[in-house]
Amino acid sequence: MSLSRRDFLKNSAAVAAAGAVGIAVPQEAQAAAAKAESTWRWDKAACRFCGTGCGIMLATTEGRIVAVKGDPAAPVNRGLNCIKGYFNAKIMYGADRLKTPLLRMNDKGEFDKQGKFKPVSWERAFDEMEVHIKKALKASGPEGVGVFASGQYTVMEGYAALKMMKGGFRSNAIDPNARHCMASAVVGFYQTFGIDEPSGCYDDIELTDTIVSWGSNMAEMHPILWSRVTDRKLSNPDRVKVVNISTYTHRTSDLADIEIIFSPNTDLALWNYIAREIVMRDDAEKIIDWDFVKQHMVFAVGPVNIGYGLRRSDEKSVKDGKYTTLEMETISKEMEKKVSAKEAPSLEPYGYKEGDVMKNIPGTLDHWEISFEEYKKSLAPYTLEYTAKIAKGDPNEDIEVFKKKLQALADLYIEKGRKVVSFWTMGMNQHTRGSWVNTQSYNVHFMLNKQAKPGSGAFSLTGQPSACGTAREVGTFCHRLPADMMVDNPEHRKITEKGWNVPDGTINPIGNQHIMKIHRDIEDGVIKFAWVNVCNPYQDTASASHWIKAAREMDNFIVTSDGYPGISAKVSDLVLPSAMIYEKWGAYGNAERRTQHWRQQVLPVGDAMSDTWQWIELSKRFTVKDVWGASTLRDGTKLPDLMQAAKKMGYNENTTMFDILFANKKAKSYKLTDKFPQLGYDDTDSRGDSRNVLGSDSKPWKGYGFMIHEYLFEEYAGFGRGHGHDLAPFEVYHKVRGLKWPVVDGKETQWRFNVKYDPYAAKAAKETGATDFAFYGTMAKALSQGDLMGVKDANKKSLKNKAKIFARPYMDPPEMPDATYDMWLCTGRVLEHWHSGTMTMRVPELFRAVPEALCYMHPTDAKNKGVKQGELVWVDSRRGKVKARVETRGRNRPPQGLVFVPWFDEKIFINKVCLDATCPMSKQTDFKKCAVKVYKA
Amino acid sequence: MITKEKPLISERRKFFTNMAHNTGLGVMGGLLWAGFADKAKSSPLTLRPPGALDEEDFLRVCIKCGLCAEACVNRPSNINKETGKPRPSTLQMAKAKDEVTIGTPFFKPLDTPCYMCEDIPCTVVCPTGALDLASVTNLIGELDFKMMKMGIAVVEPNACIAFWGIQCDACYRACPLMNEAITLQYDRNERTGKHAFLKPVINMNVCTGCGLCEQACVTEKPAIFIRPREIALGKPGDHYVKGWDSKDQERVANQSGKDVTTKTERSEQGASDYLNEGVDFD
Repeated sequence: MSLSRRDFLKNSAAVAAAGAVGIAVPQEAQAAAAKAESTWRWDKAACRFCGTGCGIMLATTEGRIVAVKGDPAAPVNRGLNCIKGYFNAKIMYGADRLKTPLLRMNDKGEFDKQGKFKPVSWERAFDEMEVHIKKALKASGPEGVGVFASGQYTVMEGYAALKMMKGGFRSNAIDPNARHCMASAVVGFYQTFGIDEPSGCYDDIELTDTIVSWGSNMAEMHPILWSRVTDRKLSNPDRVKVVNISTYTHRTSDLADIEIIFSPNTDLALWNYIAREIVMRDDAEKIIDWDFVKQHMVFAVGPVNIGYGLRRSDEKSVKDGKYTTLEMETISKEMEKKVSAKEAPSLEPYGYKEGDVMKNIPGTLDHWEISFEEYKKSLAPYTLEYTAKIAKGDPNEDIEVFKKKLQALADLYIEKGRKVVSFWTMGMNQHTRGSWVNTQSYNVHFMLNKQAKPGSGAFSLTGQPSACGTAREVGTFCHRLPADMMVDNPEHRKITEKGWNVPDGTINPIGNQHIMKIHRDIEDGVIKFAWVNVCNPYQDTASASHWIKAAREMDNFIVTSDGYPGISAKVSDLVLPSAMIYEKWGAYGNAERRTQHWRQQVLPVGDAMSDTWQWIELSKRFTVKDVWGASTLRDGTKLPDLMQAAKKMGYNENTTMFDILFANKKAKSYKLTDKFPQLGYDDTDSRGDSRNVLGSDSKPWKGYGFMIHEYLFEEYAGFGRGHGHDLAPFEVYHKVRGLKWPVVDGKETQWRFNVKYDPYAAKAAKETGATDFAFYGTMAKALSQGDLMGVKDANKKSLKNKAKIFARPYMDPPEMPDATYDMWLCTGRVLEHWHSGTMTMRVPELFRAVPEALCYMHPTDAKNKGVKQGELVWVDSRRGKVKARVETRGRNRPPQGLVFVPWFDEKIFINKVCLDATCPMSKQTDFKKCAVKVYKA
Repeated sequence: MITKEKPLISERRKFFTNMAHNTGLGVMGGLLWAGFADKAKSSPLTLRPPGALDEEDFLRVCIKCGLCAEACVNRPSNINKETGKPRPSTLQMAKAKDEVTIGTPFFKPLDTPCYMCEDIPCTVVCPTGALDLASVTNLIGELDFKMMKMGIAVVEPNACIAFWGIQCDACYRACPLMNEAITLQYDRNERTGKHAFLKPVINMNVCTGCGLCEQACVTEKPAIFIRPREIALGKPGDHYVKGWDSKDQERVANQSGKDVTTKTERSEQGASDYLNEGVDFD
């Protein structure tokens, strides 16, 4: 009997499946499968999707990825996957992959903003980009060139983009979609620890007794971690408690011993209630670990009148009348607002009472040290009465039942000997007080000495696969440089300039063009050139109509690099086909500080090329004289002319950024070899490939001739080594299943700041004399002294090796339901689809499973509005409306007064409805709250 | 050894016969449908609309008027939000190719599942009672979609990736009666030592057979699918009641004392005949 190729594939899958369930396979099929698999090459990689960071194995044959399996050796997932991971082999082969650059052109073949997309060569694409970048630089200086960056960049892509933007164009207008995802967590880390990223790791799940999920639907968004939580619960169902704290019922409630449905934004009050219980009961019950607190903590506070990250009245587009009267109803709160009855008791210790007009000063990261007594004063309002009254989220729940739950929650945290992990994701990060609520989580854990210990700690889960590894660690934010360095710190700029071999003064010290600001600067006409990398900012940003209109109707040039056409490509002027994840060498860093690398498995489809290549080719078009002249920024800051300094370094005015930043002497020392890990694997960027794609000069692409990925990774890693961010050598990552940094003497670190586990903590503790912890982060580690009302003594006192406990009040969000817009709108994801659906909507099985976004609603609300299950409603806000189908059953069950609409479906464009309010400190958008009316369509 | 998958119903031959009948009927223009109905039987796997009588009675009473399918396609919840026009409806009227008695209503969950409308327009509109309103009306006289019994979901554990440990539960989340009709069975994954299986389990008393799970299943060919209840379900005896389940007696409500005699080959002879036949002791 002969078997066709199709049968081979089928049999291989059957054998794998049967093996997994322990079934014997007929010998003929087994032999056939063995033959098929002998031509398969399996190699390790990381899953493309969420921040969990599961390890996978990919099978390649005939130049295509044909199968995927969970990597049994990967500690995170031990061979398992969720259903997105299950489809990793299919995500690159959608029928509408972008295969060639596309430019909007008129009939004469000229660029025309109103023209239709037509294929062009890579050379033409770079010609257009060069022209429009030069135009933008001329019009607005470095602030006129923007990049929508990504938490899904590979480490190398992010580093190449950052280097060209900050070292080449001297522009800080590069900011990732990760801004929308975990910026509040980052501010929380910086303010509390002085260094970014979690102290704990996933092993906490197996070691803890209590899992509290705050604003996180782990069951759908981190399924593999959820299965670990489930296993932990099964291992000791009576001892292990699970609590789900959310504004609506979702899958994570399934396993919960306690479900707390709270009114949006009152998580601030819930944390303070727990802290108050700890502080007020301490005298009687000896709850606080005072030895720990006195040795390692200080108390701190910052201003409360910081606004909501909305546009301000003096901004151009507001003055030009681009915002409607309805929109201005909410935006006006950015300037000043009246203190409400709901928030007045919380704000009383800060000197506000109900009805006061609070004048807002745009967000600041400033804070100062206060006494424990002052902190205690800030907690006084959060009695069980007050907290329950403002926080109860389900109008149909008995308040006494709700109170009992709050009490039980506090008791779980407080219980002596009970280990507790608090997990959170977007509920606490996408929040107009997201930075505050992040710091509040550490307050509770710190006072109980339940932080940075095996099985205990507040742990920020990450949404994107490399929000940690690229966006944060590489620093593709407007204000950041690699390894926790900041553009506003002269020392950090100097270190970076030295590492890049560029003149002193190259790096622009003003980093304020965060992702919302980039959109707003486009609308204000400042940014004239924007490039979208590995994200979909025209679908994923709130108040979306404004940004789309600005892109389509104003004089600017928008470029999108992507694997598939989405909304961002649709509103662009030039679309570039990008190599997708396994079509290039790469590395991601997951939520537990685990860095994972993979090799290029296959050649990209069509003429697609990696984003790294696109950035480096662009750098060939810009010389010293093009980008290193003097310029003056909007705020008057002058960037010096670098010509003389450049010449001293051996460059001349015609040296290209390519030669300086990417093809320098150091880069060329990373040789192409025929040894591991390069042996047997394609490397389109370094070596070219058999496609002979016509490159940026229209000649067949033959590669850079050196190992560009190793160079980029090693140069980047050099910034963190020796500073608590130590990464292992490039080659090591190709042998192991990822390592959790800091990697010191070849060993990864499970619990940071803990002397027992973290060599950096051990070293710092030698200086302080402590034996248990050292919070050695260096940012904002000297503070003025004061009280809740303000600074009293401006002299700064060092708090080296200490962490901070912050006083933070409950405050209302800027837009809440009222008589007209009578419901809360919350947005989010579903398990089946990744973000804006560009990949998962191309997988037939996932598309079939969830073909459209639904409006999840309470059955009584539906009845009151006269709509039935499955009927269409308008979800309508001050900014726009969408039509969606009502779902009163199933996975998400909101309380009365709240609707949930996921954002993956571009046909139900919910971000036209959402409000672009942000945490004014982190600049992260609050996608979880705005006011809408819902009515029959 | 893996055994070759057996077709659930070995009546393929019969289908073809039926199809021949149906094709003939199609040509005749359907005027004589009723006369052929008893011969042109549907596939035993046919799924009928909510409230449908038992297949035999249903075929006798259904006049193939198509009002149910019309109500289904025209229901307000079936609007395509882009075009404003109706989407393909759940209920189809059988054509020659369908392996269903021609002209009778049925649905295929993988094409379009039943969305279980609160007002059950298809059943309400049936003029003959072939779709029995009483069967979907609760004790206080309200229509109750939870009482629908169109079929039942069956999980095929070899193909269901949740049984491999994959974190899927797509069917569970798609279920309109989530955590009632489909529940999750949590088992520890001893191989990995730190993950759990979340396996879908069907509750036969709650599942209506709407088919949203079948449509949501992410395996190439769904590992969960709807079958008519009489095909898919076994039946434990009415003589035993679960001692640990106070409600289980409801299951055996039809048990009566009238005829409790049991017969086997051993007992059919009768006591005296048996006793009188003597004992062979050679």
